[in-house]
Amino acid sequence: MIRDNLPVLLIVIPLLAGLVAPFMRRGTAAWAWVALVSWLVLAAAVALLQQVLAAPDPIRYPMGSWKAPWSIELRVDALNGFVALIVSSIGAIVTFAARASVEREISADRQHIFWGVWMLCIGGLLGITLTGDAFNVYVMLEIASISMYALIAMGRDRDRRALPATINYVMLGSIGACFILLGIGYLYMVTGTLNMVDMAERLQALQARWAAGDLAYRRTVLAGYGFLMAGFAIKLALFPLHGWMPNAYTYAPSAVSALLSATATKVGAYIAFRFMFTILGTTFCFRTMRSGEVLVVCGVLATLAGSYFAIRQNNVKRLLAYSSVGQIGYIAIGLGLGNAAGLQGSIIHLFNHAMMKSGLFLAVAAVVLRTGGADLRNLRGIGRRMPLTAAAILAGGLALIGMPFTAGFVSKWYLVAGALQQNAFVPALAVIGGSLLAAVYVWRLVETAYVQDPQPGTDVGREPLSIVLPAWLLIGAAIYVGVDANMTSALSEAAVRALGVLP
Amino acid sequence: MKDQMILRVGMKMMIPFILVYGLYVIFHGDLSPGGGFQGGVVIAAAFILYAMIYGRDEMHKVLPRGLSDALVAIGVLIFAGTGTYGLLAGYRFLDYTPLKPSEPGGAEAWGMSLVEYGVGFTVSMVMVTAYNEITEPAPDERKTS
Amino acid sequence: MDIAGHYNFWVAIAIMMIGLYPVIAKPNLVKKVIGLGIFQTGLFLFYISMGKIDGGTAPVHFPPAARHPQNYTNPIPTALILTGIVVAVATMAVALALVVNIKRAYGTIEMDEVEEIDHRDDQR
Repeated sequence: MIRDNLPVLLIVIPLLAGLVAPFMRRGTAAWAWVALVSWLVLAAAVALLQQVLAAPDPIRYPMGSWKAPWSIELRVDALNGFVALIVSSIGAIVTFAARASVEREISADRQHIFWGVWMLCIGGLLGITLTGDAFNVYVMLEIASISMYALIAMGRDRDRRALPATINYVMLGSIGACFILLGIGYLYMVTGTLNMVDMAERLQALQARWAAGDLAYRRTVLAGYGFLMAGFAIKLALFPLHGWMPNAYTYAPSAVSALLSATATKVGAYIAFRFMFTILGTTFCFRTMRSGEVLVVCGVLATLAGSYFAIRQNNVKRLLAYSSVGQIGYIAIGLGLGNAAGLQGSIIHLFNHAMMKSGLFLAVAAVVLRTGGADLRNLRGIGRRMPLTAAAILAGGLALIGMPFTAGFVSKWYLVAGALQQNAFVPALAVIGGSLLAAVYVWRLVETAYVQDPQPGTDVGREPLSIVLPAWLLIGAAIYVGVDANMTSALSEAAVRALGVLP
Repeated sequence: MKDQMILRVGMKMMIPFILVYGLYVIFHGDLSPGGGFQGGVVIAAAFILYAMIYGRDEMHKVLPRGLSDALVAIGVLIFAGTGTYGLLAGYRFLDYTPLKPSEPGGAEAWGMSLVEYGVGFTVSMVMVTAYNEITEPAPDERKTS
Repeated sequence: MDIAGHYNFWVAIAIMMIGLYPVIAKPNLVKKVIGLGIFQTGLFLFYISMGKIDGGTAPVHFPPAARHPQNYTNPIPTALILTGIVVAVATMAVALALVVNIKRAYGTIEMDEVEEIDHRDDQR
């Protein structure tokens, strides 16, 4: 029974567990409950991915006693099985690691609510990933987004600037979600259905009519697509719509930055993939609307601008946030190229960036826990006083740059190969240029940690191993995938094939 | 606003009717416009009106904060429980057939009603909780100059 | 292009743009939240008005079968917007809670003054 109902259990269990958590009055009890549930969810996600890879067609799970397309259905193929695995594994590892950091950064009378909202956020993100109904995407997106607003705002116990950062994010995020709703509305007007597969079939039939010369409803679909892409760009934090991200990730609690940097934008990228390839089709998106070129331009600008801004930051969390803006540029370049190698590079980079960034943010959480701040001056001399943490930052930084034998190298290899296949030299140069700029800010971090002397009069004590060891698990995974890329290559190839683009 | 006689007497007469109307909107939701969310908001409006006129402490005597917090989760658990009952009985999530196995498709009204009751609980208590939290006096009540 | 026949879409988009203006241009946070609410209301009008069919009645079946309506408006957009309204209410609740907290932490709800205070704190 469990095996048949895995898709819905993966969404319902986190949502229900998140509701139960606030009733455990003590923060540690709530944490233990949430950590246990997150590991169960990870096990279920692994089982679901195995089911999906073994089945020839995507798994379709209609809810209620009605069949699709009248009911809401969950549709899992290799792509969202992979993304669900990413979200649940980051959720499990970061939840386990975050206890010490949350106990210090969030006031004790709110910790049980914090863990409840944390689990709701993970449930919402998994809901976005697994659903096969367009409007359900919007509902789950808002569940996840509202939980994220609450999680980021809880950073105000440490720094009151979390509050204006969150209200800024609320405004931008709500407008983005409303644009997505508007786009879904336009598509519903034209097709009369909300089921993704049904909508795809009707849009294909409509596009065949356009090709034959009957231009009915063309303007509606164009308008809907425009609104959808604007909404996705806001949720994905694609340059130039990334304004909410640096402040939100800087002032959020460190554990929240670790979770969100690895999952929120990745799921945003996933829905862009899903709408562009499965629902609207490559002919419409790439040849009629030429959104591939727009994505590549935005991606190139994101890569260069994000890495450039990161160099000039004095706060480590803001540096990592701007670095995320750059890394999302890579994903956008791969998506915009549209060929199999580029898409594989994007999908592998989803996985790699999630591992690297959350590992780095966890290492920074350890530094914040022991030194009380996340500025560069808190990082001075960490190499000697907290050797494991500093080594994690070094290894993660090397993976960000894309050194060979790290995960960053694998995804950049695919991206450059995809760009050269289309004779697009500017994206290829941008990918390499982004790596060089990343080397500059990683060197800043490494130099501060290893070369500079610690500030006199500050004592750090022992490293918080409960945070640092999971950080090493994540960064170690990033390095392992760089050395032996078979698993991620096979998964991304299956995902690209599920999108209909043959490698 | 307890000293405003018109408000006090008028609301004392109206609040029971508002509550009954809210319950009617929830119960009759599958046959007329309404349902869980709308009825829940009307019920919450009755509670918040009482709190505005007689003071938050009076409302907390009627509806303690722990109870409203608990009912939020219990409402969602009713909703999810209806769904999971179908799951445990061997069907799919939110499948209402096990509620009336003899007549496939006949349990839709039952299932929808149960779900709406859950939603009504949750929505009304969320609105009351939101009111509680937003009107919470600050720990250090500074008058802004 | 059927301009007059699509007047419902024109009105809905006009309301959306009227709501978007305070979000962008006004520094007062409560005005921004109100603008967001107006924007979302316009969006809901857009959706609900798309379900209406000319001459359509309410989508309710009256037994016997002979009295079932032949032409009824689409109930699905209404159901979608119900969910949408709940989401909008939750978003506004979170936004207003944040505004209350900003007022307590900074003493003002004008975004330009808040940024000024943060800027001064950074200089020190």
